[in-house]
Amino acid sequence: MTEVPMVKAEKVSKSFGSNQVLKSISLEVKRGEVLCLVGPSGSGKSTFLRCINHLEQVNAGRLTVDGVLVGYEERDGKLYELRPTVAAKQRQDIGMVFQRFNLFPHMTALENVIEAPMLVKKVSKAKAMARGRELLERVGLGHKADAYPAHLSGGQQQRVAIARALAMDPKLMLFDEPTSALDPELVGEVLEVMKDLAKSGMTMIVVTHEMGFAKEVADSLVFMDGGVVVEAGDPVEVLTNPQHKRTQAFLSKVL
Amino acid sequence: MSSDRPDRSAKRETASPNGASAHDTHETAEAINAIRLRHPWRNVFAVVLVLMLALFIIDASQREAYGWDNFGKYIFDQRISQAALNTVLLTVYSMVIAIVLGVTLAVMRLSDNPVVKAVAWLYLWVFRGTPVYVQLVFWGLFATIYATIDIGIPFTAPWMSFQTGEVIDVFWLAVIGLSLNEAAYMAEIVRAGILSVDRGQEEAATALGMSWLQTMRRVVLPQAMRIIIPPTGNEVISMLKTTSLVAAVPYSFDLYGRSRDISAVIFDPIPLLLVACAWYLLFTSLLMIGQYFLEKRFSRGVGQQVEKKNGTGAIATVTGAIQTATGAMRVDSKGSEHTK
Repeated sequence: MTEVPMVKAEKVSKSFGSNQVLKSISLEVKRGEVLCLVGPSGSGKSTFLRCINHLEQVNAGRLTVDGVLVGYEERDGKLYELRPTVAAKQRQDIGMVFQRFNLFPHMTALENVIEAPMLVKKVSKAKAMARGRELLERVGLGHKADAYPAHLSGGQQQRVAIARALAMDPKLMLFDEPTSALDPELVGEVLEVMKDLAKSGMTMIVVTHEMGFAKEVADSLVFMDGGVVVEAGDPVEVLTNPQHKRTQAFLSKVL
Repeated sequence: MSSDRPDRSAKRETASPNGASAHDTHETAEAINAIRLRHPWRNVFAVVLVLMLALFIIDASQREAYGWDNFGKYIFDQRISQAALNTVLLTVYSMVIAIVLGVTLAVMRLSDNPVVKAVAWLYLWVFRGTPVYVQLVFWGLFATIYATIDIGIPFTAPWMSFQTGEVIDVFWLAVIGLSLNEAAYMAEIVRAGILSVDRGQEEAATALGMSWLQTMRRVVLPQAMRIIIPPTGNEVISMLKTTSLVAAVPYSFDLYGRSRDISAVIFDPIPLLLVACAWYLLFTSLLMIGQYFLEKRFSRGVGQQVEKKNGTGAIATVTGAIQTATGAMRVDSKGSEHTK
């Protein structure tokens, strides 16, 4: 009871102009838990993920990470928008992996990994390099440390991206459709790294279409459609015995 | 990872018989030994070009008016080499200021604040919309328009006051004139470069906790460089030549100004024009080679070609530099190849 959830959303809403993308989302992710967000495209999964990292600003409701309000600061009962430096500080503890990898193309794999620790956390180069090599080894790419992203396969790039996010020692990892841009035969290697990560106790929120992964790894699953949480619960339960019509319709198309 | 490996090898096994046979037929087939297509008219054109060029050179070397004796006398004249240095300094100072100001203006134009955006736009509108020669004349009259420079709080007695004409000499007025004009063009080049960088790059950097400035400096600008460098190289070359307009300020110790002054004394303008041209050509050639190496440096991580080129060594890079530097020469060498 006393434990603060890693992520807590209370009636979170987000609109772009007149287009309301998130409608009163409430959910909770405990420390060490893996949550999978599934749903049709345009259902608001990615937007919700981006709100957690304050890449998008929430319009209504409360969103906290590790008990700290995201994007705003509360003083004397009033909410103040965060200064960019404070927001950047908050993001340091949250790792994010993107659908399109977004590796820095002008840096080698190792340089990609050590860039943020050196620049943001002021870690010495030697320390960052040692840790960077260790992380690349962990995702199975120790031998590709000096390769530029353009010379790596999609799966390898995504693994470097995971190592890059881990280099900041995050307490929470967000995955935005990490395998959707990959050739089918490369999906496995990325999921494998993510499974390892989940086993090590990392708190993760994964937007994915990989139902097999969700069944095997996730502690809970949330099905979203049209900006609302339609169904949530145990992944095996939801996937094998969906209660809601929309969930059934979606799953019949995906599975 | 381990789970999908057996799958792949299994696939390869079923595919290998076909693959092997295809490979065999490929090896047994003879290399194509066709007669090369001839281009007679291209060859004729090339020969005509070479002949015309030869004719021009022979004629020019003997023509009295070119004054080759005076050309030889003044090409390494100390006044000329000093003027050449001045031209280089004008170019370097103006470009450095223009690039800094250009980056600032580009970032301003991409700002979310409409006023900041509008101010940047206004700057571009004025400085791109008027001729640089006219702007230089204006800067020459700066001391007439603003006789004194006052430092202090507006509408109160100034703390300090300078006579403009005494503080700023014409060299710096020329630099200001050239750089402020150039900044408008650089701003557009930099803006195009920044916009060419994928949005995801900025997002990834932000998600890692980098500040806006860190993101710009370490992630966005280095990638924008690939787009920015080639046109900037052109701008430097263009600037070197535009410095010949500083007579409008009037500043006359640059290459063209000095050679014009000397020719007025010796009553022989043509050889000194050739002297100036020779120096301008020397500098632009050097700049072109420098540009080639810069472009290579900033194309790191893009495509495979770069690494291959690295392997082939210095000779290839130098010829490469010459090829990119002088497109005309490349055509020429091709032409001669065909005539053989």
